[in-house]
Amino acid sequence: MTTSTRIQRVAPPMVFGVVFVALWESAVRGFDLKPYFLAAPSKIAEQFVKNASRILEAASVSGTNALVGLIVGTIFGIAMSFILSRFGFLNQLITPLAIALNAIPIFVLVAVLNNMYSITSEIPRRFMVTLVVYFIVLVNVAKGLTQVRSTHVEIMRSYAASEIEILRKVRVPNAVPYLFTALKIAAPASVITAFVSEYFGGAQNGLGSRITSNIANSKNAAAWAYVLGACLLGLIFYIISIVLENVASRGGVADNTNNNNKNK
Amino acid sequence: MSAVNVQGASKIFNQGTPKQVDALVDVNLTVEPGEFVSLIGPSGCGKSTLLRLIANLLEPTTGEITVNSKTASQSRLDQDYGMAFQQAGLFDWRTVAKNIELPLELKGWDKAKRAARATEMLELVKLPEFADMYPWQLSGGMQQRIAIARALAAHPPLLLMDEPFGALDEMTREYMQGELLRICSETHTTVVFVTHSIPEAVYLSNRVVVMSPRPGRITEVINVSLGSNRTEDTRGADEFFKGITAVREALRGTHADHANAGAVRGVEDR
Repeated sequence: MTTSTRIQRVAPPMVFGVVFVALWESAVRGFDLKPYFLAAPSKIAEQFVKNASRILEAASVSGTNALVGLIVGTIFGIAMSFILSRFGFLNQLITPLAIALNAIPIFVLVAVLNNMYSITSEIPRRFMVTLVVYFIVLVNVAKGLTQVRSTHVEIMRSYAASEIEILRKVRVPNAVPYLFTALKIAAPASVITAFVSEYFGGAQNGLGSRITSNIANSKNAAAWAYVLGACLLGLIFYIISIVLENVASRGGVADNTNNNNKNK
Repeated sequence: MSAVNVQGASKIFNQGTPKQVDALVDVNLTVEPGEFVSLIGPSGCGKSTLLRLIANLLEPTTGEITVNSKTASQSRLDQDYGMAFQQAGLFDWRTVAKNIELPLELKGWDKAKRAARATEMLELVKLPEFADMYPWQLSGGMQQRIAIARALAAHPPLLLMDEPFGALDEMTREYMQGELLRICSETHTTVVFVTHSIPEAVYLSNRVVVMSPRPGRITEVINVSLGSNRTEDTRGADEFFKGITAVREALRGTHADHANAGAVRGVEDR
């Protein structure tokens, strides 16, 4: 990509963002909106700088919860998808269930989990993130392991390849792009789940609980500053998943999803 | 010793159910070493099924199939044949060279030996400079040549092909036919070739096996006397057109017992 096309791509959303913030600021000033109704971007920025260290601290609590859940959920999701792809009947049993669970906001379960553990425990939140990530990874990786091209399987059988060899040389490489698709969905979802889990009680140390407590105290601008922190944390997680995908695609795997779809 | 020997083979899918399909009934076919035999016929005549029986990707319902005087399943286990399909079926996550090495990996060859053979095969299909590229960076014709290189990598005596040029444009297709004849004569490979195209079958084959559907069976075997040295000029030769006419008439015959006689569905006249 040349520099000029890059500018052409990046410039419009940038300009839109700046204009939007400017309109917001002038609307708050022009209509003299009260801070408890809508805080001005300048006030939010001021609060963000003033509370930077506390926001960072809260972000590290929520971020750690999200990261732990993301890693554990991914590991268990991958492990389970191998089991499902090996046993067809389990796949038929669990996959529709997993898809259904993906479609509903299961993180509300955290309220129940909070009851099961001590009030200051991070386990319910991490468990919740794990569960959300687990199903996303499970559904996608299982699809990658099972939806291989029939020509590939026939080729391998014509070479007298065993099931294990077909798994290693066809199914696993085929599933790699699906794993990264899953991570691109799961990474932001893990952060969102970590925040929202904090709305249901437990220790008041993460970004989510700071947002609610600041709103409860009518510190609207401060609440917005924490929201900004939450946005940045979500963005970091998303960027990490994209970087991981790019690293993996150097081996030529990421382009494989498109080719697969063409041949379905 | 024949390369392929099919005796009284039949294949019936969903036997005893309302969905029963007699894909093949009482098929006898012998292919001699070094011979090029095409299977042609309308859709549903069982030509792909017959190829898969020879490849032991399907088990026959009745009858016996031997490949290189071994049972079909033993010769599959021994990798006595290579196979190519309409879709090149290359692995997008492997480089071109690694794709060709796949059957050798499965045979347990060491790395140096595999790499040397991949280089040799790339020379054979005239694509040596593409070793480190990925399949999706190649054109359809190039991908198909790589698929042939992979099928022949272990130097099997037999090559089984299921409409390998069906997805290619006409010019690429004719070029590939010439290349296939050159490669097979250089490697002394026996070929069983499934196709929809009459000129393709005649141009490539020593014998064209004409098949007919419902139930799938062999109706006629036509000898093509074009000799062993076939060039682009062969496509203008009288013998070539005679062969095409003979195959076309045999295919019409397969259709005469159907009410809707006329053009043979699923067979290209070009």
